[in-house]
Amino acid sequence: MPSLRLSQVSLHYGPAALPVLQNVTLNLDRGEFVSVIGRSGSGKTSLLNLAAGFVAPSAGRVEIDGNPVTGPGPERAVVFQDDALFPWRRVIDNVALPLKLAGIPRAERLERARHWLAEVGLADQGGKFVWQLSGGQRQRVGIARALTARPRFLLMDEPLGALDAMTRDQMHELLLKLWQESHAGALLITHSVEEAAFLSTSVVVLAPEPGRIVHVEELDFGRRFLAGEDPRALKSEPAFIAARERLLAAIHEKEPAR
Amino acid sequence: MTDIPLEQPQAEPAARWRLPWGALIGVATIAALVGLWALATVLGWASPVFLPSPARVWAALGRAATDGYANATLWAHMGASLWRVFTALFFTLLVGIPAGLLIATSRIGRGILDPLVEFIRPLPPLAYLPLIIIWFGIGEPSKVLVIAIAMLAPIVISTASGVRAATESQIRAARAFGATRGQMITEVMLPAALPSILTGIRIALGAGWTTLVAAELVAATRGLGYMIQSAAQFLVTDMVIAGILVISALATISELALRLVERRFLPWIGRA
Repeated sequence: MPSLRLSQVSLHYGPAALPVLQNVTLNLDRGEFVSVIGRSGSGKTSLLNLAAGFVAPSAGRVEIDGNPVTGPGPERAVVFQDDALFPWRRVIDNVALPLKLAGIPRAERLERARHWLAEVGLADQGGKFVWQLSGGQRQRVGIARALTARPRFLLMDEPLGALDAMTRDQMHELLLKLWQESHAGALLITHSVEEAAFLSTSVVVLAPEPGRIVHVEELDFGRRFLAGEDPRALKSEPAFIAARERLLAAIHEKEPAR
Repeated sequence: MTDIPLEQPQAEPAARWRLPWGALIGVATIAALVGLWALATVLGWASPVFLPSPARVWAALGRAATDGYANATLWAHMGASLWRVFTALFFTLLVGIPAGLLIATSRIGRGILDPLVEFIRPLPPLAYLPLIIIWFGIGEPSKVLVIAIAMLAPIVISTASGVRAATESQIRAARAFGATRGQMITEVMLPAALPSILTGIRIALGAGWTTLVAAELVAATRGLGYMIQSAAQFLVTDMVIAGILVISALATISELALRLVERRFLPWIGRA
């Protein structure tokens, strides 16, 4: 089973400062959906940057199938909070960019880009420019772009943070279906406890100063949605509400730093 | 995926036609100035030697266009000047864009090139013209070079600052998708810098037209700058003014053409 693994990872930006992350161990297998929640400053985004290879750990190891990660790689696709699309390219060319960078011929990359645009429900928007789309559509373009390169891991840094509640709910269902179809391992950084509880197979709670894991919750609501259960019914189940309360309690717990 | 309801795309802003007030005011201002000019000549406020009437300038333009002035027709003068300015622009872009990229992306590049650009930037063309002539002679290359030097700083500086328009996450996205250093430049940095480079070209063309007369001071036989100087030596003021108006018109046309290019080919400018 291919897996992305952070073992005993610490990250600090200077000897005097508190570590951004301390002794964090996290495993992401294919077919898993791991969400990371926590207060501001708990190192959520740093965790994703480590997994993506944008920054190197100060201590500990980041590995894929036992091989150390030395930088970004095409098997890990990233979806950014601010969508990070390229306004000078049309929507379809944004989605096809990873394939262009990999040297895949134009006809093939456009075909594959069209496929993923259709998967995110934007089949007829390929000819537009990015600024002609709504915020939710732009994030879907970002997700399609990430999936075009057939990554084994999909790393998402608060991709839905700027969207309104209704659009978020639609995006949750879309994310789950894409996660299932792409067979990728998903790592989601989010502020929303509800989002994490609904989507994830596993929710990791980080506490700040220093950033560390204080709670892990195994859940199955996303899988049950994919099996055909109604999302609103799932979110009003006692088990869902209890899980949400446990996560909230873990986030707000005042635990003395070691 | 069709079972997921999609939010509506944002409506395009309706293109409504409005009176082009800006353009109308511009035209009115020019008309008022020409009217004042005509009034001044009719009322004899200034000697015709110093300020010929608009009609005489118009006649001078016609004379230059048909019979020619200073060994060539107006068209030949225009052609020579346009060729010099745009050849200079071509070579400046060839040198200035890579230099700007180096300054923006490499500490060593910035260390070497930044002081050079800052050295060249404030130099008046008339100051380095003699040196250029001593080094490169009085031929065509010297004239193009004088104009190109005046154009260099705007292109380099606008490229270097334009590259910084690429956001951190855009650069990270390209890295994550496996962009090489070369692809990072062609796919992210240059496109991000294009709006700024275009502004640089507009400023550079302005500097180019400004430098034209200096470049054509020595050993020119064609060119608008040469035509103006020939006329000035014989106090043919109407031809001097005609030449100035032609340079101004050419500069305006190239500016408008660049704005058209910007709207047609870079429609994403100013939109994230």
